[in-house]
Amino acid sequence: MTVSEKIVADLVANDVQFVTTVPCKQLAGVIDAVDKNPDIYHIPSNKEDEGMGLCAGAYMGGKRPAIIMQNTAIGVTINTLVTLTQYYRMPLPMLISYRGELREPVACQVEMAVHTKALLNQLNIPTYHFHKESDVDEFDEILKYTFMCNKPVAILTDASFWGGYGE
Amino acid sequence: MIRSEILRNIAPILRDELVVCNIGLPSQEMHLIDDQPTNFYMLGTMGLSSSIGLGVALAQDKTVISIDGDGSVLTNFGTLPTIANNVANNYILLIIDNGSYGSTGDQPTYAGQKTSLTAVARACGCENVIECKAEDTGEVLQAAIDSKQMTIIVAKCESGNIKVPVITKDPVVIRERFMQAVKS
Repeated sequence: MTVSEKIVADLVANDVQFVTTVPCKQLAGVIDAVDKNPDIYHIPSNKEDEGMGLCAGAYMGGKRPAIIMQNTAIGVTINTLVTLTQYYRMPLPMLISYRGELREPVACQVEMAVHTKALLNQLNIPTYHFHKESDVDEFDEILKYTFMCNKPVAILTDASFWGGYGE
Repeated sequence: MIRSEILRNIAPILRDELVVCNIGLPSQEMHLIDDQPTNFYMLGTMGLSSSIGLGVALAQDKTVISIDGDGSVLTNFGTLPTIANNVANNYILLIIDNGSYGSTGDQPTYAGQKTSLTAVARACGCENVIECKAEDTGEVLQAAIDSKQMTIIVAKCESGNIKVPVITKDPVVIRERFMQAVKS
């Protein structure tokens, strides 16, 4: 089972049926696996705050949601995380590609990487960092934790976790 | 006719449906005119009424109406292609287009100038887009509900606000009450 297949299997096992995505090169495999899974409604978003709105609606409609996005989205979504997801106490697993880490070829990505954990910390968002492939073993527990506490939870996944940037 | 008059007119139609109310005055006016457990009031997060409503509609079968404004749709323009490409026939987006940012002091929006949200929605691929006069909103809305086809309504009205109190309900209470109404 690939890492992407394991992630999607855990989503399905935890009854996550509504997944929105904004693409990143590192996430191409998992987005493809989400799209192919018949148990998940995959709705691509044009921007991550829009995606969080869709997820809030799906949750209130009775479906467990998740969002897959790049860490640059933290810069886009702070207002939505604070005034919608957190203020109304809604669960939201956020599978995030952690660009700008080791093996990153694009220098500009480092500029957001250096702020990513500080921002998540400032927002009191529980944050997990997947660096080695075996870290994916915790994904199932992180999903259970997210829907237990009704909070947005960040899972940062760096290039080493994905086996490289795609080079 | 201004937005609050439209809301007063259509309140008896909205009462039986799930309604996502846009941030600011639209939520406050609905709360004042006809507070219902089936109303979800946005207390923040400008622009996401249409996205939240579409999410609710895709997750369950009851009719969902997002009450949005021209300014908020302009803020979250990406919502229209998403709506067009994820058809939920239990979903109605009601854009009350008064050509201004009403909650912030009636500054003019581009929708009141050269930009037609009706044309934009059609160009984005939305199939049932109806522009109507403020006075006809109720009739158009009821027809859209009865059609069981996803519909975008652009109700053109004058800008202007009534004095309304802010909503002091706790957000978790609003959300939980709405979720119970969804399930009932």
